[in-house]
Amino acid sequence: MSEQSIKQTPAHIAPAPRLRLLRGAGIWIGALIVVLVLPMIFSSGHSVSMLTQMCSAIVFALSYNMLLGQGGMLSFGHAVFSGLGGFIAMHVLNAVNDGALVIPLELMPIVGGLGGLAFAIPFGWISTKRAGVTFAMISLGIAELVAASALMFTGFFGGESGISSNRVVDHTLFGFLGVSYGPSIEVYYLAGAWMLIATFAMYLLTLTPLGRMANAVRDNPERAQFVGYDPHLVRFLQFSLAGFFAGVAGGLTVINYEILTADALSAIASGTVLVMAFIGGIGFFFGPILGAILITYLQTSLSSFSEAWLMYFGLIFVGMVMYAPHGLAGIVMAHRPALRSGRAGKLLLSYLVAAVPTALLLVGLISLIEMGYHLSTAYMPEYPISLFGVEVNVTQLRYWLGAVAITAVGLAVFLWVMRLIRRAWHEVNAALGGERT
Amino acid sequence: MLELITFSLINGVLYGMLLFMLSSGLTLIFSMMGVLNFAHASFYMLGAYFAYQISTFVGFWPALIIAPVLVAIVGAFVERYMLRHVHQHGHVAELLLTFGLVYLIDEIIHLVWGRMPVDYRIPEVLDFTLFSLFGIGFPAYRGFMFLVGVVMFVALYLVLTRTRVGLIVQASLSHPDMVDALGHNVPRIFTLVFALGTGLAGLAGVIAGNYLITEPGMGWAMGPIVFVVVVFGGLGSLTGALIASMIIGLVTTFAIGLNLSLADLFASLGLEITREAFMADLWFLELSRIGPILPYLLLVLMLIFRPRGLMGTRET
Repeated sequence: MSEQSIKQTPAHIAPAPRLRLLRGAGIWIGALIVVLVLPMIFSSGHSVSMLTQMCSAIVFALSYNMLLGQGGMLSFGHAVFSGLGGFIAMHVLNAVNDGALVIPLELMPIVGGLGGLAFAIPFGWISTKRAGVTFAMISLGIAELVAASALMFTGFFGGESGISSNRVVDHTLFGFLGVSYGPSIEVYYLAGAWMLIATFAMYLLTLTPLGRMANAVRDNPERAQFVGYDPHLVRFLQFSLAGFFAGVAGGLTVINYEILTADALSAIASGTVLVMAFIGGIGFFFGPILGAILITYLQTSLSSFSEAWLMYFGLIFVGMVMYAPHGLAGIVMAHRPALRSGRAGKLLLSYLVAAVPTALLLVGLISLIEMGYHLSTAYMPEYPISLFGVEVNVTQLRYWLGAVAITAVGLAVFLWVMRLIRRAWHEVNAALGGERT
Repeated sequence: MLELITFSLINGVLYGMLLFMLSSGLTLIFSMMGVLNFAHASFYMLGAYFAYQISTFVGFWPALIIAPVLVAIVGAFVERYMLRHVHQHGHVAELLLTFGLVYLIDEIIHLVWGRMPVDYRIPEVLDFTLFSLFGIGFPAYRGFMFLVGVVMFVALYLVLTRTRVGLIVQASLSHPDMVDALGHNVPRIFTLVFALGTGLAGLAGVIAGNYLITEPGMGWAMGPIVFVVVVFGGLGSLTGALIASMIIGLVTTFAIGLNLSLADLFASLGLEITREAFMADLWFLELSRIGPILPYLLLVLMLIFRPRGLMGTRET
């Protein structure tokens, strides 16, 4: 973690400022275009809803990384702030519907953010006094407290059924353009806009003195204190701002679903955002974005596709922790030197070769898991299931033997190919290293 | 009232004993390796399921021995081939690995034993009434649970403080480099401690699985509260873990037994609060409903005012 922060920060090895600015602007314009174009490619109702959810998940995961990646604070209760912010936004939205308040719908994420901030200030003050495990444990305690309170104070949290609202209100900023936010595509563009704004704001925050001091306090609180910064204050400010952006994500969820239950602030929700940020890569600013997109996709698609989805989820997570602890972003960034010097072709070739046994291995593993679940949970196990276009009867031994054989062959070839990849990797990087010296 | 107090006391101590069985292993692992083993309660659940499966073949008594040993073997495997692998990336990676294990163990249990509770029963030998209090029978199995807990505490305490192995383990807690220099294989000690800790969790599962219910949610139900005990009692302190387990066991049990709310309190002082009052939810909240969150409240307060816990020697 500390190694990357060093890689991330220094400005003197980066290209000339003007070029950097241009390239920086290019990335943001590219992101804008992607956000604009995506719903035209994936235009079904289900995908648009998923894209909207991804937008709020991105904001949520990035706000979490303000704690873990940038501030070194491992929180087990970040969903508390998105959830509470969401509930505040929900109540305000209901008040708007009743005519008691006049706030345009577009600003609901800000309302949620302020709600998250309002709770992050007291909770943050007590929990950021210490870092490390103490912080993690306090965040766990607060998360359990709030989650349990949600079931007690049914007036505010709506109990089991949650609180629902209607996002089509009389007052909107863009109402004169005929936008009502009834259709989900309009909500998507609203969420996309907020996602870009929040992401940009969080990126700018990493460049401020506060963002830099958060890194310093993460890596060496004692030295930061010697320089004259109060680590508690730095952590507290970082925590409060993270709570604000989590609230923004909560507000976006409210607009998207128009219903919020106590699940939104449960320990499971807090765990999910931790997984998102980590799988994406906490050492890089854009890491959590990748994680949020992947996990949201897995949650919405895989869960309707297979009942074993939590198993895949767990396997992916444990595999990433063990073999790619810098996350998806870490994998991407490790290839940058090779790409720059134009030596990636050799690597690409070995990856293409590896794709075949990897696919074979995955087919075997997925078959085994799916067959196992069918055998153990289905009402009629002898009823055949379709796996990769093959009708499989899981009560017959030969299908099991087949799946085991595919897995074994895939694994054997995979391990052999991995050696090739490792060799290619070393060759390319050794050549790069030689060039530098 | 006396009846209520007696039963709350007995059940509280019993619940505390169960918490201690779980937390003793966790506090060992935690203090030694700095690893917050999130999957500890999953190993407890694994112990219950193993015991159920084994007891269907050979009965309860062999299962009492075999199941914890099997869990310890699984634990040793996890430490040797998974945790040690991510050790170089720091404590956060280790913690996240155990966090991922929670999902995996949960799903493996779904896969093998399904999503319904399994029929893991108290052995017939212990299925009788030990004595009667206020006309309500006290099951012998509860006495057995209590006994196992006491034996475990005494044995663990003696091993750690009176034997050579315990001495080396304790030394590895505080001075791993020195122990290494003296020629002991510290990574292997880590593996052993992890196996011992998870084995103790497995034993708790064997004992509690049939007293409570053996079902896939039992890990989630116990997971966070075990952390509370360990942090509350103080890092690495067996006695602290015992005291904390008892306090938390008693506090939650007594809270469940008492149907008092703030409104009742004010009523006894002559102040009537109606259901329409401001924040009525809060005034009419009964103590029995707050019960489950009291441990977390204690945890947060403890960490704010005394971060090293009751008996801890250093800060977490």
